[in-house]
Amino acid sequence: MSTAHRTDPGDAALRGEPAPPRHTGAVGQRTPLIDGIEKVTGRARYTADLPFGQALVGRILRSPVAHGLIRGIDAAAARAMPGVRAVITGEDFAAPYGVIPIAQNEWPLARDRVRYRGEPVVAVAAIDEATAEAALRAIVLDIEPLPAYFSAAEARAEGALPLHEKKVGNIERQVEQDFGDVDAGFVAADLVLERHTAYAEVAHGQIELNAAVAAYEPEWERLTTHSVTQVPYYLHLTLAQVLGMDASRIRVVKPFVGGGFGHRVEPLNFEMITAALARAAGGTVRTQLTREEGFLTHRGRPATDIRLKIGMKRTGEITAVDCEVVQRGGAYGGYGLVTILYAGALLHALYRLGAVRYRGFRVYANLPPCGAMRGHGAVDVRHAFESLLDEMAGELGLDPFALRRANLIGAPYRTLNDLQVNSYGIPACLAWAEKASGWKERRGKLPRGHGLGMACSHYVSGSAKPVHWSGEPHAVINLKLDFDGSITILTGASDIGQGSSTLLTQVVAEVLMLPMARIRVIATDSALTPKDNGSYSSRVSFMVGNAALRAAEELKRVLVTAASVRLQVTPEEIEWEGERCAVVGTDKSADFAQVVEAALADSGTLTVKGVWSTPPETQGGKFRGAAVGSTAGFSYAAQVVEVSVDEDTGAVKVEHVWAAHDCGFAINPLAVEGQVQGAVWMGMGQALSEETQYHEGLAIRPNMLDYRIPTIAESPPIDVHLVESLDPLGPFGAKEASEGALHGFPPALTNAICDAVGIRLGELPATPDRLLEAIHLRRREQRQQARRAAVASAAPAPALAAPASALDARASGQSMSAAASSEAAHVASGGRPVAPGGAR
Amino acid sequence: MKRDTVGKRLLSLTVNERTQQHAVADNALLLDVLRETLGLTGTKQGCDGGECGACTVLVDSQPQLACITLAASCEGRHIETIEHLSTHGRMSRLQQAFHEKLGTQCGFCTPGMIMAAEALLRRQSNPSEAQIREALAGNLCRCTGYVKIIESVQSAAGAGR
Repeated sequence: MSTAHRTDPGDAALRGEPAPPRHTGAVGQRTPLIDGIEKVTGRARYTADLPFGQALVGRILRSPVAHGLIRGIDAAAARAMPGVRAVITGEDFAAPYGVIPIAQNEWPLARDRVRYRGEPVVAVAAIDEATAEAALRAIVLDIEPLPAYFSAAEARAEGALPLHEKKVGNIERQVEQDFGDVDAGFVAADLVLERHTAYAEVAHGQIELNAAVAAYEPEWERLTTHSVTQVPYYLHLTLAQVLGMDASRIRVVKPFVGGGFGHRVEPLNFEMITAALARAAGGTVRTQLTREEGFLTHRGRPATDIRLKIGMKRTGEITAVDCEVVQRGGAYGGYGLVTILYAGALLHALYRLGAVRYRGFRVYANLPPCGAMRGHGAVDVRHAFESLLDEMAGELGLDPFALRRANLIGAPYRTLNDLQVNSYGIPACLAWAEKASGWKERRGKLPRGHGLGMACSHYVSGSAKPVHWSGEPHAVINLKLDFDGSITILTGASDIGQGSSTLLTQVVAEVLMLPMARIRVIATDSALTPKDNGSYSSRVSFMVGNAALRAAEELKRVLVTAASVRLQVTPEEIEWEGERCAVVGTDKSADFAQVVEAALADSGTLTVKGVWSTPPETQGGKFRGAAVGSTAGFSYAAQVVEVSVDEDTGAVKVEHVWAAHDCGFAINPLAVEGQVQGAVWMGMGQALSEETQYHEGLAIRPNMLDYRIPTIAESPPIDVHLVESLDPLGPFGAKEASEGALHGFPPALTNAICDAVGIRLGELPATPDRLLEAIHLRRREQRQQARRAAVASAAPAPALAAPASALDARASGQSMSAAASSEAAHVASGGRPVAPGGAR
Repeated sequence: MKRDTVGKRLLSLTVNERTQQHAVADNALLLDVLRETLGLTGTKQGCDGGECGACTVLVDSQPQLACITLAASCEGRHIETIEHLSTHGRMSRLQQAFHEKLGTQCGFCTPGMIMAAEALLRRQSNPSEAQIREALAGNLCRCTGYVKIIESVQSAAGAGR
């Protein structure tokens, strides 16, 4: 049902540098996950599965009010209940928190004021669920309601009450960035189009429910927390801060984690609440949230309004971009200022752009806080951009592929906003997607209601500047070698299903030329493993992979030296073969056990370290906010989506996806394919059916039935092609593979819908109701046009009769301007290519 | 709901071929009995009841959502969980295929997904792709896009019994 392909681009121009030396061992092999057997057999223990005996049960009382002043909390009756061991409020915390050090305005339990329905206010720990729930019912909240705002426009309106001090107009962050002469760029353009699009808020929907277990040892004043986090290190720092504890008294462990997608890339309130309950109760507390509470914890992709204007030469060359983005960020900061900066930064680095103006507004509202979600900050903007390119291609009579090719950059390349592109596989991605999908033969020739659409996208391989700028290396790996000849990789990198522990094993096995079975991974236990910033911004393969590469090289150096001592030759004479090493040109050799014995003889148990940091030239420019978007390596992707649209119901079926992804080098092609398929598919959910919804601030879709994640029944075959542009900085040339393909799906889909039925929605997701409304609207407009035409035909005829509809325009092979538009839809030209050169 | 007013009774449950008696509340859910009483944590909870399929187990070879099944309703029937599929140190063909074909990423939906697929293969040894899609339509996965899940089931079916 799906095929996967993989080729080197074979074009030296696609590579920044000559290919690094590569062995033929563990990397590049399709490798099942090293922890896969535990997962398929049910032996894998996730946080909720951990055996902690009779732990106390933690429960959270949440605000029923969207915005209000906390006048009083009467918990006396709850505290007095038998079996209740702790009742805590915001007063039990030492400090507020926030993942961005300069934007910490959230308390684990609300203090003084609540800002969204569902915000945690009080928490209890009790001997069992029934007692905990009874205690919650016995608590009386006295909250004086304040005016509440559920849209960015309401929150920004004059006279609106600020949710946070000093945040006039509820603007959390305003971004103004200008690169190049935008106005001149528009003057130089042959075609300028501007569009508005509104994007619904979406959520991560990882299948594992949120859970945490915290054990407090009063005698030692120590805390151990197991949680579902993607960022154990940030959680560690945050627990110390909000609990007012010395970080050395805290241990954070990440067990198996059932998906993240960004929901868990910042420390979350329930983790802090569980820890505080454990301390207050002097014992072990287990908290498992409901699915509904997962939606309230949220941190999803914000509802976003985008106004985008692009200027273009007749040839398709982009002369100017002017983009305004408004994000409804919810009640607290979270990653918000990063999200609004990403939206602007990643306008760049995919195409050559003449000039770019960006205005971004991150707005507070009385809703659950948004955060980082897969494709952080750049997904909606990429949709707006690629949709407008598609529309402009239609206007200019250019094929959408040709339009992209008219704007390619060549690595190495410095963008207008000082981002560094060192490898760029887009040409190869385009070539494969075009060919595999049969684009040239099929586009414009499919039956009515069927369409093809394409789009490109890109993403960072880790943020080049860490959130906490401590000056430390970006990634550290320790390798332990002991008497038994086993090698243990000690890493703080959070494997949340993407396969990072497998990748690190492959890298170490490759360098040392040893079988993977000799290598174990111990990950994410702050008492054992080196600090790692976490699994976000697709940083792990690139950064931790590079650290693992260097650690393995160091261990190899130590072992080769030991072998040379044992064999009484110089290290240069040793030929390293992993399980055995030999002296070049002789029959002298030693097996691995003998080399290990020699290596340990002097030093005992060996621990070596590998570190890696992003080079300064990849860390972005000097302007305010320049760090966001900066990365050591951009991934690139191009995809084609085929759809069929039922014009009687508005239902869209995705028939097939062809996705090409430039991952630099596929260390584990099996896992990379899985990541690309998952990313494309997650883009499909956002594009077709997923959206949160609130009524007066009340979440009304906080479950997996109403929040419509696609099922297997409606999920298409996704063919994946891996392009290997061999990034000069990536480990073995590798770059990210789990996010970049997401961004391209929504625009490729809506471009395909436009190809199928000639309608471009002004909103996402393209749900049947929205599409049907647009179809009906167009029919009404067509009838009105027909009536006007009938009246006009009675009068002297105009010089040129307008086609009755965009579809008719397509059918007759004419191009037409996107004149007809409404709030719901743009009835656009289908983007059908005319003969090459026809528009020039 | 006040749990202390709910009656309990001695329930004879056959789980993974082992029949044991447990004092179980009349309103106890099969999921809670499996996970908390029997310690079979391979069966997962991913939602607030009947939404996601992560808790799928087999009851007399039929796939059933343990989170909306009363334990008491399973008396005299054979319950099978993910832990039952790999015996004598060998993974089942579905487990092997999900592992080798990467039908699992984070792994949280995997036990339920495999149990639903197991039920399918027991009644239809060589299912079509459409039959696979139909049989697994109640099991949500957020990682894979389902592509490699379908490949895994096809691979297991092709491997025969």
